[in-house]
Amino acid sequence: MSYLTKEELKIVGSRPIRPDGVDKVTGRASFGADLSMPGMIWGKVKRSPHAHARILSINTEKAAALPGVKAIITRADFPDVPPEKAYIGEAPANLRDLSRNCMAKGKALYEGHAVAAVAAVSPAVAERALDLIEVEYEVLPHVMDVEAAMASDAPLLHDDVFTVGVDPKPQKPSNIAKVVRFAKGDIEAGFAEAEVVIERRYTTKPVHQAYIEPHACVVAVAADGQCTIWSSSQGQFMVRGYTSRIVGADIADIRAIPAEIGGGFGGKTIVYLEPLAYMLSKKSGRPVKMVMSREEVFRASGPTSGGVIEVKLGAKRDGTLVATQVVLKYQAGAFPGSPVNQGSMCAFAAYDVPNVLVTGYDVVCNRPKVAAYRAPGSPIAAFGVESCMDELARELKLDPLALRAKNAAKDGTKAAHGPTWANIGYINTVEAARQTEHYKTPLGPNQGRGVASGFWFNAGGESSAAVHVNEDGTVTVTEGHPDIGGSRASMAMMVAEVLGVPYDRVRPVVGDTTAIGFSAVTGGSRVTFAGGMAVTRATERVVDELKKRAAITWDISPEAVEWKEGQAFPAGPNAGSFEPLSLGDLAAKAAKTGGPISAEVQLNAQGAGPGFATHICDVEIDRETGFVKILRYTAVQDVGRAIHPAYVEGQMQGGVAQGVGWALNEEYIYDQNGRLENPGFLDYRVPVASDMPMIETVMVEVPNPRHPFGARGVGEVPIVPPMATVANAIADAIGIRLRDLPMSPPRLLAALDPEPIRAAAE
Amino acid sequence: MPTLSYAAPTSIDEAVGILAGSKGLAKVLSGGTDLLVQLRSGRTRPELIVDTKRIPGIIGIREENGGFVIGAATPGAVLSDHEALVAAYPGVVEGVDLIGSTQIQGRASLAGNLCNASPAADSVPAMIASRAIAVIAGPEGRREAPVETIVTGPGQTSLKKGEFIVEFRLPKPKPRQSDAYLRFIPRTEMDIAVVGCGVNVTLDEGGACTDARVSLGAVAPTPLVVEEAAQALIGHKLDEATLARLDAAARRACKPINDKRGTIEFRVKVAGVLARRVAAIAFERAAARA
Amino acid sequence: MSKHHVSATINGEPMEFLCEPQQTLLDVLRDELLLTGSKEGCSSGDCGACSVIVDGRLVCSCLMLGVEANGRLIQTIEGLAEGDKLHPVQQKFLEHAALQCGFCTPGLIVAAKALIDENPDPTEEEARYWLAGNLCRCTGYDKVIRAVLDAAAEMRAEAAQ
Repeated sequence: MSYLTKEELKIVGSRPIRPDGVDKVTGRASFGADLSMPGMIWGKVKRSPHAHARILSINTEKAAALPGVKAIITRADFPDVPPEKAYIGEAPANLRDLSRNCMAKGKALYEGHAVAAVAAVSPAVAERALDLIEVEYEVLPHVMDVEAAMASDAPLLHDDVFTVGVDPKPQKPSNIAKVVRFAKGDIEAGFAEAEVVIERRYTTKPVHQAYIEPHACVVAVAADGQCTIWSSSQGQFMVRGYTSRIVGADIADIRAIPAEIGGGFGGKTIVYLEPLAYMLSKKSGRPVKMVMSREEVFRASGPTSGGVIEVKLGAKRDGTLVATQVVLKYQAGAFPGSPVNQGSMCAFAAYDVPNVLVTGYDVVCNRPKVAAYRAPGSPIAAFGVESCMDELARELKLDPLALRAKNAAKDGTKAAHGPTWANIGYINTVEAARQTEHYKTPLGPNQGRGVASGFWFNAGGESSAAVHVNEDGTVTVTEGHPDIGGSRASMAMMVAEVLGVPYDRVRPVVGDTTAIGFSAVTGGSRVTFAGGMAVTRATERVVDELKKRAAITWDISPEAVEWKEGQAFPAGPNAGSFEPLSLGDLAAKAAKTGGPISAEVQLNAQGAGPGFATHICDVEIDRETGFVKILRYTAVQDVGRAIHPAYVEGQMQGGVAQGVGWALNEEYIYDQNGRLENPGFLDYRVPVASDMPMIETVMVEVPNPRHPFGARGVGEVPIVPPMATVANAIADAIGIRLRDLPMSPPRLLAALDPEPIRAAAE
Repeated sequence: MPTLSYAAPTSIDEAVGILAGSKGLAKVLSGGTDLLVQLRSGRTRPELIVDTKRIPGIIGIREENGGFVIGAATPGAVLSDHEALVAAYPGVVEGVDLIGSTQIQGRASLAGNLCNASPAADSVPAMIASRAIAVIAGPEGRREAPVETIVTGPGQTSLKKGEFIVEFRLPKPKPRQSDAYLRFIPRTEMDIAVVGCGVNVTLDEGGACTDARVSLGAVAPTPLVVEEAAQALIGHKLDEATLARLDAAARRACKPINDKRGTIEFRVKVAGVLARRVAAIAFERAAARA
Repeated sequence: MSKHHVSATINGEPMEFLCEPQQTLLDVLRDELLLTGSKEGCSSGDCGACSVIVDGRLVCSCLMLGVEANGRLIQTIEGLAEGDKLHPVQQKFLEHAALQCGFCTPGLIVAAKALIDENPDPTEEEARYWLAGNLCRCTGYDKVIRAVLDAAAEMRAEAAQ
């Protein structure tokens, strides 16, 4: 069934208060670190102080002798995991690498890499025990930056990584884990045809998702191996799946309960602590609580890649793109798996170009293993491509939005990575941006305006949902997706809409792994799409069942029953004249008419609608200091259908703020020993409230016909355009183009005032 | 961490006795906004914490002969709420006001900010420019020292064992005297100063400067008194030539480093920019104070 | 290490607890008193998720020792609502959808309450600067500021009646 006609919708599209809201504003909601279990002890991790080192020995005797220490673990406690790929998290993961990331084997590959862990009766005792663990390292040369790591004489991280995607297969191991390539048409012919060619190089630095809640879990393993994991994550099934493989336990023995999650943005689609807490609990026989400090979050959990983006654009004088090319070099951190594949596919997705070549390199180096961060890979590529489009527009003296409109991908355009677009709204976002009052507002001195676009696939995937009619006619909908942005409100709204009952008669629950069928992670902008599809179908089955129950009550055929506005009606005068039966009426009779009224749906959603956005930003520059003030920001996005508009706006605004931070001030700063100098919010500079203006949002709705309500994913696209939007605005303001992120004041001032300071004597 | 003890003396003498008699490392606790961070990170591992906040008079501001006496542990928010202090020393108050967030303001103190001895401390340049005096209690009794003599290096002070600051004294401002403080940070809030500048000036009836003090923070191992910059102002109105000399003098005084917050180039150039901007504000304020 | 006995008034209730010198007020609230509404985001006073009000002043509870709470009046997020009657700031946060993951929300609400108590009619700029010490990574602050300004307006209107 489809509910695509907006006018008929009563609940979907409105802005009710979220069902978990009161708990969250009163502090009652339970996050990862908020749970205590009887007998609980505390776990802490010993981490490598070296960026690259062989682990020669680990001596835990003194630590074990400390009163209050209940268990110590090292790599020896973990089974070896074969390097199989698992499709449990956001992107396929190599389980062996994930296991070695949780607990180092043989080598510490980054500062902060876990080498041992301890559980003790208090955090203070656990800390003291860590100090008593003696680790002998052989420090090795390290390599931090992507191009340095690609050099043939670079220190080698893995002797069993051979570059994939190169023919013939290389004989020597390399830090280049993979090369990917997407091509369309004939790139050389394309550039030969071009009247203008622009070739530029851009760089970005690794940035962290910077969720305010550090990773936290409580794990209790009983003597028979049955285990409860309480953790905040983007997927309790992911936690269960990864943990079971890493520790060697049966999946059925693990019950993973999703705590409320304090931000994830992709960074909590893998595990760090749960397998360690599992082993500590197993060894000590006590529940173990582990919480990362902020410093540990920065030193040891995955940021996104930093990268090099080399863009070449060829166009006719009238702005028609004839050839586009990009080389992407992304660093993956200590193990292969940067999002260069996704970045490569996203790079030119917004444009209809006959000749395209994208080459991407996945490169390891001695930094924490990267984790997903909101549209992984796409923002990095977009920074380069969208900045270069702006440089092309200036070269051709064309309005940057007009250039994009001229080359916009539309329904029927074939993307370089394969698919042919259908039901996309990219051009709608460009047109809407041009129409905004923002775009027409004049600017003042030292002010500039930039625009940029962005794309993200959005995912489908596995989701399960169960809808239960309770005895009093209220409804419980159980789904399997941790709620990171307000999704459970949307689930309840869709159920209420289909049933035709008030929103507050439907209560959504995020079930643990024993309470609901398998559901893939909350990520990939998939929950409202795939989860929404599951809850909608489950509700439709309940409606079918309700009709059957009414039919039984009236002794007519189910085909003769209609369901409307929360009630069963006889379908026409021939069916008989009966008073309508409400949900409450049917619920009260459920036992007599066949038993509990429930439906559960499991599906693998296909047809996720791709997402496009176009952003506009105004900045003001202090030319004497390089300080950038964001004056105004408008985000235009095709959202398909906004189930709960306030939460869609929230996703757009949050992504913009993260992108602004990425553009201006966020970066990892390492010393020459490969040690992180800014593992805290003081010097890892995320935007604060006074850094941002109000963020205007324009939601364009091109419904996705593959979703019952027309929804498409919205959460990730908003972070894709901001860095180029801001860079383009800065270039507009000061006439100088910055191509390296972050565009912090010292870099701006150096560009504005390149004159070196003279020696002391005047 | 060695066993940690906590003491909360209720008199100055008691505090001196505890500090002087401590066997291991003892740290004074005022607002705690630096100390607790360092305790948590392991950067400092004291055996004893001496909380001075129960000592009568250590929190509070009183006016004395037109000047001000500020208890060493007075939180920044209390300074910002004190109308007379804000009117007389707007620069000192804005320096304190810029330390951290509103939450930090609820606890952070002048003594803590000074004795933590970060070269980038926000309250220090304006205090130096305004000729603040630190009143110190110790085993040998009381002594007074100009604030610029307290910090001797990053994380180091001239206080001897057993000594702690009990209060600060600011002199009565003269007619047409005022001060200002500005800092540069990459965001709008929440950063450590990349450069800080405090200026205190006294003007004659014609608007020319008769007395000046200029202090720079975050551009050297300690906060600086920049005599040459003061000399650039004295005897002059704040015209283009004066501003240019001031800028150059500020630049020359810098001995900064490249670190995660700024480059040498950046700090030197911005020191000049801030000196000009702060001087302009100080002059304007001074002219308004008849 | 011997524990200190501390008496404080927390959300209007006299409470007593034992704590070690190195435990922060945040540690005590969360681990001893099971008031887990205040959150630990950074332990260095940079994120504001642990914000509480002590003797009328907004502070980070991670920057106070538990022993320093002796004799003090402390207000945490748990003390803002009266039974099932939410504080206007809490209500406006819900109406404006000013939270997504909700982790920074208790700290933000406490900080916003402190703002309005001190300045009943803040401008947008004043609200943003006052709240600069409360990091939010989800919302981009837009709806948060709208909720705070709306709550202030409602509280002024109520006070005027």
